[in-house]
Amino acid sequence: MTTILGSRSLTFDTIEPGAGLSAALRKAPGDVLAEIGESGLRGRGGAGFPTSVKWSLAAEAESDQKYVVCNADEGEPGTFKDRVILSEYADLVLEGMTIAARVIGAARGLIYLRAEYAYLRGHIDEVLQRRRRQGLLGKAVGGREGFRFDVAIRMGSGSYVCGEETALIESLEGQRGEPRNRPPFPIDTGYFGRPTIVNNVETFAWVVCILAKGAGWFNSRGTEQSTGPKLFSVSGDCRRPGVYEFPLGVTIAELLREVGGEEAKAVQVGGASGQCLPRAKFDRTIAYEDVPTGGSIIVFGPQRDMLDVAHNFLEFFADESCGQCTPCREGVPKLIEGVDMLKRGQCSMAYLNELCSLGETLQLASKCGLGQSAPNAFLSIARDFRDEILGRTPEPRRTGDDP
Amino acid sequence: MLVTERERLREELVRLADEHGRDRSALIPILQEVQRRWLRISPYCMQAIADLLDLHPVEVYSVVSFYDFLEDKPQGQFVIRLCRTITCDMFGKAHVARQLENDLGIKFGETTPDGKFTLQWAHCLGMCDQGPAMLVNDQVFTRVTPESIHGILAQCRETFGVHAVSDGKGPAR
Repeated sequence: MTTILGSRSLTFDTIEPGAGLSAALRKAPGDVLAEIGESGLRGRGGAGFPTSVKWSLAAEAESDQKYVVCNADEGEPGTFKDRVILSEYADLVLEGMTIAARVIGAARGLIYLRAEYAYLRGHIDEVLQRRRRQGLLGKAVGGREGFRFDVAIRMGSGSYVCGEETALIESLEGQRGEPRNRPPFPIDTGYFGRPTIVNNVETFAWVVCILAKGAGWFNSRGTEQSTGPKLFSVSGDCRRPGVYEFPLGVTIAELLREVGGEEAKAVQVGGASGQCLPRAKFDRTIAYEDVPTGGSIIVFGPQRDMLDVAHNFLEFFADESCGQCTPCREGVPKLIEGVDMLKRGQCSMAYLNELCSLGETLQLASKCGLGQSAPNAFLSIARDFRDEILGRTPEPRRTGDDP
Repeated sequence: MLVTERERLREELVRLADEHGRDRSALIPILQEVQRRWLRISPYCMQAIADLLDLHPVEVYSVVSFYDFLEDKPQGQFVIRLCRTITCDMFGKAHVARQLENDLGIKFGETTPDGKFTLQWAHCLGMCDQGPAMLVNDQVFTRVTPESIHGILAQCRETFGVHAVSDGKGPAR
């Protein structure tokens, strides 16, 4: 079950255990925040919200109970770096959560682990118990009187939308995983109405690296608005799929060279909710200000049918939609019908434009990130692959296709 | 269900509620445990859990119906979840799916008449670099082929066949 880590080693391998936490404990919580702020770290789950802003808002919120939540509900298609981080670098994640607890003043942490990763639970439990024995969790963390912090694992139950932070909190509270309206944001009204920070697995690990190596080390990498290195989950038609570390700002062409996917005709950046880029756009950079991603890179070789790709992603969203809001619940099935028409070669340009406008409505009018991003892949394929998708002669169904 | 059987089940549920607590946040952990042990969350269980946690049974049902890994209908001892998402799709999931149906004699969404296997689709299992991937209960299998699934199914039958060792806690999951 090993994943090839590409040709370079990861920064995470170079971090001495405990270096980040002891640096954080030497400083006042405000100085830790300043250091993270200076590093420019933005959320590694994909949305890219500045981590220091989230943490400082939660630190300022007044409450007798605050929570640190690690979002390990890695459900975005094509993403598997959090699985690798949790199996190889679980200590870094817990260390990062401990630093977060120190900064915002939380005593309890929760890891929301997706049901599909239940086989990782035993390992994370062992790491938790070892850290308790080492005095790195529990009462007086790291020997600091008055710094109490412990972490529990909570399992997901197979729902993609629970990766959205407010849906995740609903699920932790024992509810259906339906996203809440924001504001109020979890930083003041989170788990059971208490201030809560929800961060991606990878974000916590980078916090440790920043404290161990310094903000300057981190922000000298990447671009001005997207600082630092990032892990990428690379899969699809390339010779060396696996987890890679690149500084943000890397171009798609550079990345493809590294993973052995030079022949690609398209690359899906950001998973099902991301966008599909054709060859002509391989000079674009992967960064929050250009093409954002939570780390998912799916490479499509020349033999792939882009309508199959769009269909697969839309079916995913139709299935995972929670059904709360109309644009997402009704819009996605309409787009699937449209893709079927395209496949049969029965879609006029006028209707394709209607479909695109429906897609834009979903982006604007859906309640949460799932519906807002559901049409992304379809829209980018409909925009950039018109010659491929229009005017088809219908093909007989492949054998073995699922309905 | 016999009355005595119900009583025994209720006792088990009380024990679970004692272990996980009785506030709302305990609901999903309790349901997960029920699913694991009894392979389903029956209407009776939902009612009993609702009583214990002071909820309306519809609240419990709404949670059960929302999550893919919680089921009110009986599941097989081995729930096979084949990933249908893009990279597994690109690398031959359709053939694996067809062969699973052939070897088990059921379609996706169904359970074998002997109650051993349930066949389901899953979304991205996070094994995209090693697809096609599938889960059998909590265990993940990667790079599965139409041929290799036969061995996986045989292994399942052995761990829960007539000669399998039982720990008295129900099927190994």
